[in-house]
Amino acid sequence: MYIYIFWELFVGLGGSLDQNAVLEFVDSGRDLILAADSSASDVIRGIATECGVDFDEDLEALVIDHTSYAVSETEGDHTLIASDALIHSDVILGDKKIEAPILFRGTGHSVNPANSLVLKVLSASPSAYLANPKTKLSSPPSLTGSAISLVSIMQARNNARVLISGSLDLFSNRFSKSVVQKAGSKIKYEKSGNEQFVTEISKWVFHERGHLKAVNVSHRKVGEMTEPAMYRINDDLEYSVEIYEWSGTSWEPYVADDVQVQFYMMSPYVLKTLSNNQKGLYSTSFKVPDVYGVFQFKVEYQKLGYTSLRLAKQIPVRPFRHNEYERFITAAYPYYGASFSTMAAFFIFSIVYLYHK
Amino acid sequence: MAEPAGGGALRNAFGGVLSIFILILIGVLAFSIRLFSVIKYESVIHEFDPYFNYRVTQFLTKNGIYDFWNWFDDRTWYPLGRVIGGTVYPGLTLTAGTMWILNSLNIPLSVETVCVFTAPIFSANASWATYLLTKEVKGAGAGLTAAALLAMVPSYISRSVAGSYDNEAVAIFALIFTFYLYIKTLNTGSLFYATLNAIAYFYMVCSWGGYTFIINLIPMHVLLCIVTGRYSSRLYIAYAPLVVLGTLLAALVPVVGFNAVVTSEHFASFLVFIILHVVALVYYIKRILSPAMFKVAVTLVVTIGMAVCCAVIAILIALVASSPTKGWSGRSLSLLDPTYASKYIPIIASVSEHQPPTWPSYFMDINVLAFLVPAGIIACFLPLSDASSFVVLYLVTSVYFSGVMVRLMLVLAPAACITSGIALSEAFDVFTRSIKFQLPNLFSNSPSAGDNSSESSVSQDVVKNDNHRQVEKSETVPKVKGDNSRPTEKSEAVMKGKQSKKNRKKEKDLEEEDILKPKKERRLLVLPLEASAVAILLLIVLGGFYVVHCVWAAAEAYSAPSIVLTSHSHDGLHVFDDFREAYAWLRHNTDEDDKVASWWDYGYQTSAMANRTVIVDNNTWNNTHIATVGTAMSSPEKAAWEIFNSLDVKYVLVVFGGLVGYPSDDINKFLWMVRIGGGVFPHIKEPDYLRDGQYRIDAQATPTMLNCLMYKLSYYRFIEADGSGFDKVRRTEIGKKHFKLTHFEEAFTTHHWMVRIYKLKPPKNRIKGKWKKSKSSSKSSSKRNGATRKNPWQ
Repeated sequence: MYIYIFWELFVGLGGSLDQNAVLEFVDSGRDLILAADSSASDVIRGIATECGVDFDEDLEALVIDHTSYAVSETEGDHTLIASDALIHSDVILGDKKIEAPILFRGTGHSVNPANSLVLKVLSASPSAYLANPKTKLSSPPSLTGSAISLVSIMQARNNARVLISGSLDLFSNRFSKSVVQKAGSKIKYEKSGNEQFVTEISKWVFHERGHLKAVNVSHRKVGEMTEPAMYRINDDLEYSVEIYEWSGTSWEPYVADDVQVQFYMMSPYVLKTLSNNQKGLYSTSFKVPDVYGVFQFKVEYQKLGYTSLRLAKQIPVRPFRHNEYERFITAAYPYYGASFSTMAAFFIFSIVYLYHK
Repeated sequence: MAEPAGGGALRNAFGGVLSIFILILIGVLAFSIRLFSVIKYESVIHEFDPYFNYRVTQFLTKNGIYDFWNWFDDRTWYPLGRVIGGTVYPGLTLTAGTMWILNSLNIPLSVETVCVFTAPIFSANASWATYLLTKEVKGAGAGLTAAALLAMVPSYISRSVAGSYDNEAVAIFALIFTFYLYIKTLNTGSLFYATLNAIAYFYMVCSWGGYTFIINLIPMHVLLCIVTGRYSSRLYIAYAPLVVLGTLLAALVPVVGFNAVVTSEHFASFLVFIILHVVALVYYIKRILSPAMFKVAVTLVVTIGMAVCCAVIAILIALVASSPTKGWSGRSLSLLDPTYASKYIPIIASVSEHQPPTWPSYFMDINVLAFLVPAGIIACFLPLSDASSFVVLYLVTSVYFSGVMVRLMLVLAPAACITSGIALSEAFDVFTRSIKFQLPNLFSNSPSAGDNSSESSVSQDVVKNDNHRQVEKSETVPKVKGDNSRPTEKSEAVMKGKQSKKNRKKEKDLEEEDILKPKKERRLLVLPLEASAVAILLLIVLGGFYVVHCVWAAAEAYSAPSIVLTSHSHDGLHVFDDFREAYAWLRHNTDEDDKVASWWDYGYQTSAMANRTVIVDNNTWNNTHIATVGTAMSSPEKAAWEIFNSLDVKYVLVVFGGLVGYPSDDINKFLWMVRIGGGVFPHIKEPDYLRDGQYRIDAQATPTMLNCLMYKLSYYRFIEADGSGFDKVRRTEIGKKHFKLTHFEEAFTTHHWMVRIYKLKPPKNRIKGKWKKSKSSSKSSSKRNGATRKNPWQ
């Protein structure tokens, strides 16, 4: 169901990798963890780009940060970064807060903020920049500050999840077991946050968290049991859907108060927040608007870290039948009176005219 | 009444039987001349609108009348839907539905068969109705001639060949029959016929939007009668019940409803209704008052009346002016002002049948009738009666309307047939009588040669003959009246001689019979024998030309069903059945709820033949929705994809004739899409698609044109089809030959490439980044980037 591509390992194993095969793998709905190093090849870059993540053009560039580097005895070029700029999402990173900074050494990448599918999970600090530490910096670095993403995730439209990291060491035992102290900070952590971070995010990537499913979408007229093929304008209807979240072992009821349903025809005519019974059943009731046409019940639930739910169910709404209007209207009684009195008057007039000469 | 009573009765009986026999033959003729399409092609529904009517009829026969009345169709105009029951003229559907009841009599008929043959059956009815109408105006002879002419007039055939299952098929019958009942009421003053007239009018309202023609023409005629001092109680009975009952009945038809009292189209009838009552009151008062008193009353009433009238008119004008279209519907306005549609409503102007006709189309559609009509008008004035003035008025107005819209040629056709029938019948009447009275002289070598020569200065021209008769008819009216049945038989016989030779003998018998009765007093009327004989011959030849032309038109010009096309080339007959191929593909290869977008022309066919939901169709009730599709077609691929996606469209269908040379394809209609789209969404501008005011698709075409969706969908892979990209319709090589589609993929292309169906690609699973793979470009771009990027350290 998923592959890891740890580039150096892969090359070490002597494998060859086809970009299109990997992308097809993603497009078929499966998950991918992609860890590139500064020596990432074109294939890795190609895959990353296809997923909306742009590695820097300079192959040798590393993320350098002179203020929030990890204090270390061996290295002095500040390429080992201790970052705690994590995304705030319990779904992606678990309920337990990651206290220790995360050690990172590798290349950075950028994501297009307009791209709604890609998220920065771990960003660099504002003082970071991307450059090749071995050469002199001749021109301004191409990527600077918190625009640099260290670890990004992408959830494709088919809900396949991809993790892209610019550092292979991030996953290494050496990093996760090492003591970490951020430059300028007194606190020294016995263990970096890497292990927890990697564990939690891989749970997310492999759909053990944040995966929703909607079942039993149904709608009916208030007071009826069966689902009609068509509604009439101004009908009262009930709409319900059950939403469950995959916990890794079983489907658990999903509880949230922000699931909305639209009654939609080119634009939403009704927008209602669904109420839930804490057991996964979401329901609401509303009145069909006074407009006929082909409507849709639309649930478009897109929440950070969750798989997107898009439910659309088409339902036509018809106008009144000829015999569903009010038969007698109070306001029209003068007219009824007028017509009947005219008829009576004509009748009397005819009799008088014909028989009273 | 010179002849013995017994002989006259026998003659009348004989004439009656003969008339019925001829009428049956005319009915058979009207029916069978329309079967060319079935014989040459197949028993299939034609064109566009008939497919909708067919679908509606299927629904009616399956679900019954109440469901039909309340039918909300969610498979057209997605997502708006269409209330079919309330927006369709139900006459045709109900008529066919009634005929389908034959099934319950164990006569098995499919709905399609009934639909295909509705139009020919009603053409026969229409020709009988023409007989009745013309008989009321000018006698049975004219009636038979007119009926025969109408049975095969090409203009009417074009709309009523077997398979042309459209409103006009029954509406023309309803129109003529309503006019007949009006004239009948006018002639008899019978309230019975007046009631029937209202019912016939109701049927017409059910059948066709053209009923407004009736409800404007009859008031015009009533007004004419009043103005020319022909007011009578018969006129009152013919008109007043029609307005009251007719309006009430018309309001019962859902599609008309309150329009029957609120729109300006119906205004004339109410105005004339009021005028008629005022006039009736004036006549009544005139009768009971002395002349002096009447004068006083008139001055009194006129002063008060003027004041009231001014007030009422001021209110009416204010009311009418407060509505943007002055209370008229777009189509009616474009009738009154022929330039209106092209200025304001491109959607009406875009329909080819709403264009003004060209002169040749008059010759094509009514042929020799165009020359006989003036003679008929003159004949109508000899003498002018209420009925004949109505025919003249009908003719004049319909000539005007046919000049505005080619489609209304159909309304002109019956008028032309009636007047031509009158003209022909009168001409035959004169000529045969001349011959009849001179044949004995010929044998007895009479000294009347001088008489003849003096009269032979009159030319053989039909019109002049009638002029000549005008002078003398007034003197001989009583005699002609006494002899009513004979000219009828004569013209009948001659006319029948044109159609079938087998009655020739009978005709001769009749002639000989007549010759035996010399009538000296008729001498004044006669034309020279030779001239008459030649004129009759010429008229028969003229009629022959007409018949030949009509049969040709029926067989060649108007029998093509337009969904199956044929072409003759050097290597034989080619049949292009691409439309049905495409619709069958859609029906069998797509999901039932998939939405198919195409230009509105193909909406009815898609919903009827492919049974798929369409976005727009030929019922162009929502201009914005059509403009949306037009905009999508004229937009670049990405914008078009977004528009279509927002409408849940799965497939896009375009009609492309470039490979086989089918001229009415979407590229040729494209400018209308641009215009209609631009009318609602101003970012679509027509000049962007034109190079120096010229519409072209070759290398000179504008980039907007070459990048719009319609161009791309039409010409995608076209270069692979013929190698050079030569468009046979536009007769040019296309401007952009090699291109790829990014947001659409080809799903199906028919055998001759006439219909191409594309599928919208789903949105990309992933969104790409910016990085390019090529190394050289990455280097150069890095340099460029470095140069242009703002330096954060400066």
